[in-house]
Amino acid sequence: MSEFKRKSTDGEIEISQPDFTGMVTLRADLANSETIINIERIIGLKLPEKRKLIGDLSHGMAWMSPDELLVFCADPAAMAAQLNAGLSGAFLVADVSHARAVFLLQGDGVREVLAKGAPVDLSPEVFLPDDFRRTRMGQVAVAFWMSGQSPDSFGLICFASVQEFMFDWLVTASKKGSLPHYL
Amino acid sequence: MLLLTCPYCGVTAEETEFHGGGEAHIKRFAGGSDDAEFTGYLFEKKNPRGVVFERWRHVYGCGKWFHAARCSATLEIFGTYSAQTVKPSEAVISVIQARRPDWQVKP
Ligand SMILES: [Zn+2]
Repeated sequence: MSEFKRKSTDGEIEISQPDFTGMVTLRADLANSETIINIERIIGLKLPEKRKLIGDLSHGMAWMSPDELLVFCADPAAMAAQLNAGLSGAFLVADVSHARAVFLLQGDGVREVLAKGAPVDLSPEVFLPDDFRRTRMGQVAVAFWMSGQSPDSFGLICFASVQEFMFDWLVTASKKGSLPHYL
Repeated sequence: MLLLTCPYCGVTAEETEFHGGGEAHIKRFAGGSDDAEFTGYLFEKKNPRGVVFERWRHVYGCGKWFHAARCSATLEIFGTYSAQTVKPSEAVISVIQARRPDWQVKP
């Protein structure tokens, strides 16, 4: 994988990519109480609520569907091994760190940039801290979330194979003077 | 523009976040069926004007298949419900009966 990380600072928002984000997909029945106990024990965090992110990119979990979580961690190989050893029943663990790309979006126009491409209400009263939403950005399947308490700070993930396109799309959507300043 | 609510993740979004999967609650004829049955299964869809039951997938969201009942003439959505069923839910049937008193449940 290329170590080149994209960065743009001359638009309405700052767009950057973190050096590395460990990401492990976990598929399991998230309604099963034994599975929940095991996941919370191994990860050391509470299971996120529906469409929520708990923790952050260095240590966190995102709710992807009723039977899927995305685990963020520093060491995905160790995390995958721990999950494989500690879970029982039907489940699947996969290290997807190099199959996903992460973008960090920062600036007071970030909601308007995202709203250009996603059928999602991004007003601050509706899209709340730690909301994690899978949707599309233009034609690209993505998930984005509001990081912590700042309404101007978002993260976004997409498939690594389309990250170049996603970056160009975000740069174009955040060109200076292109935002309505409505949200 | 259809506004659909995914019963699995609870998201309400316009139809471009979803993908239509055609008529719902049809019986699959495959191995062991005769040509007429297979042709019927594959090509002969009801497509009525009015109440329709369809399969949809939350393709850009949680990825799950689900069912939707809507009106093909007005685009009104009567409801969405689980994919793990072979017939419309009682809840969605009563919504349809309230909104379309002339509509009959067909076997
Ligand atoms: Zn969904």
